[in-house]
Amino acid sequence: MAKRLSKASLNGFLNYGLVILAFLVVEMMRSSGQISNSLNGQLVPICAYVCMAVSLNLTVGVLGELSLGHAGFMGVGAFSGVVAAVSLTNIIPSNGLRLLLSILIGGLLAGAAGFLVGVPVLRLRGDYLAIVTLAFGEIIKNIVNCLYIGVDSAGLHVSMTNSTALGLAEGGKVIMNGPMGATGVPKLSSFTAGFLLVLFTLFIVQNLVQSRAGRAIMAIRDNRIAAESVGIGITRYKLTAFITSAMLAGMSGALFAMNYSTIVAKKFDFNTSILVLVFVVLGGMGNIRGSIIAATVLTILPEMLRAFSDYRMLVYAIVLIVIMLATNNQKFRSLLSRALPHLREGLPAHAAGKGGSTHE
Amino acid sequence: MTFLSYLINGISLGSVYAIIALGYTMVYGIAKMLNFAHGDVIMVGGYIAFCATSYLGLPSIAAVLLSMAVCTVLGVTIEGLAYRPLRSAPSLAVLITAIGVSYFLQNAALLIWGSAPKSFPSLVGLEPLRLFDGQLVITSEAVVTVIACIVIMVALTLFTGETKMGKAMRAVSEDKGAAQLMGINVNHTISITFAIGSALAAIAGVLLCSAYPVLLPTTGSMPGIKAFTAAVFGGIGSIPGAMIGGILLGIIEIFGKAYISTQLSDAIVFSVLIIVLLVKPTGLLGKAVNEKV
Repeated sequence: MAKRLSKASLNGFLNYGLVILAFLVVEMMRSSGQISNSLNGQLVPICAYVCMAVSLNLTVGVLGELSLGHAGFMGVGAFSGVVAAVSLTNIIPSNGLRLLLSILIGGLLAGAAGFLVGVPVLRLRGDYLAIVTLAFGEIIKNIVNCLYIGVDSAGLHVSMTNSTALGLAEGGKVIMNGPMGATGVPKLSSFTAGFLLVLFTLFIVQNLVQSRAGRAIMAIRDNRIAAESVGIGITRYKLTAFITSAMLAGMSGALFAMNYSTIVAKKFDFNTSILVLVFVVLGGMGNIRGSIIAATVLTILPEMLRAFSDYRMLVYAIVLIVIMLATNNQKFRSLLSRALPHLREGLPAHAAGKGGSTHE
Repeated sequence: MTFLSYLINGISLGSVYAIIALGYTMVYGIAKMLNFAHGDVIMVGGYIAFCATSYLGLPSIAAVLLSMAVCTVLGVTIEGLAYRPLRSAPSLAVLITAIGVSYFLQNAALLIWGSAPKSFPSLVGLEPLRLFDGQLVITSEAVVTVIACIVIMVALTLFTGETKMGKAMRAVSEDKGAAQLMGINVNHTISITFAIGSALAAIAGVLLCSAYPVLLPTTGSMPGIKAFTAAVFGGIGSIPGAMIGGILLGIIEIFGKAYISTQLSDAIVFSVLIIVLLVKPTGLLGKAVNEKV
């Protein structure tokens, strides 16, 4: 038992090490000007997507429930973070502190949304849970599209009709402008902030997984009935995992949003949820390091494929299909390992293997 | 009178959702997979019909048949190349592959037909029905859509209930292993299911584009999601369920748009779905499966 635990925490430390190393290498390359502009602009999104993937992995890989609305929580965090950042401009002049506070507020509200969705929804199973999370993501997108929020000296004003209905006083500022999204977002995010958020996410998720609660959550995934019969409170632990995951998604949303000057609800639609799910499944469910690597590689991949210009997303789709076939088809895999024997160990034998029974 | 015309619009839109949802539900019932590429097959069906009428100058019926044929081949090819090798893989792996296929179809369409929207000529082209001295106008597209939906529904019910192939499908959806032992070719049956689902998607594509005449590479994704929702709403795996779910969803969407808020109509549709699932977690007509311990 002691040996297994130490192996798990070793794995955790390896993840921290990997992230810190990547950060240092990128910082060094940045200072010597070896990173292209387009890649430089991708650094914060990569950090946000890594956090998204790790947090979704908590729901999909560790808890074993399929969620198709993770981007909805990201959206809640993003927009509440932006509103917080803009309205606190005069109160907190320090950019770093304001970013920290906005990220925290984004995380809190997303966590609250996770609670609201989770309480009724976690009674459902498999595909039904998936469809409700999907519906939730679409609802969030829809509501944000008709939400107008402004700030003036009297405080926040909210309206669902249009920006003039806000009744802003002189010098007031419209933060969220319905279908136009949030405009005039302060660009507070930086690669360092993203790096710190990734470390924080890892810290939360890895400690949760290795704790008593984490073992209970995995027991629920592996066999709900057996877990219940040894006295594990299903609802409580499911909610713990779900809310933690939603909160972390909200935090990464706030980080992501403050990397752009305008942000629209469409950024957090079904396609984004799917994108993050692809990171998790390709990285291997329940495997944190896999999520980190998959999120990074797949965010850079479309950039790398620029050489294919128009065909780039087509190639991306083909790569995706081939990877899924390669890692899951027995015949394909034995063929591959015969051709490249040294790869035999390296192949992700159970990529997407654990907890894959959500549809059974 | 306006109420009646909204109701008819709702039923017509719902019929399109129902036809798409039938494809989702049949594939789910048999292969136990969510075929996320289904919405994009609709889009391909729309484009093929568009090309057939605009470039080749074929008559409507021929265009529809051609589009059905192409989509059937496409569906069977997708199943054979991408899904069959993953038959024993975890279901999430199949889901991601389906998403890959969906990306592939969208981007292939983008390369072939470009990103500019095509304006789809209505393939129905009949005079609208005027009732009550012209107070109530029903477009011919709506009439044809509803009739097509009813015909498809009856045909599918007869097919799955009476024919040998249909019985084989039900057997496979019940228990793959046992069906195989009874001499049913499981792979062949699944291929046939995909063929039927894709042919239905082609019809849905033509009807959808006839009513909402803008054709884009992403045309299929939102109706796809809505139809998937409809299938779950009615109880996924159940053919009458898909029908009822689709039509109810269409009516709710149109009424939501008309009486509550245009912008919030999607939110209303999905909220109703969530409420229904909370009250009846297996959908309207879904069977509750007892868990064996």
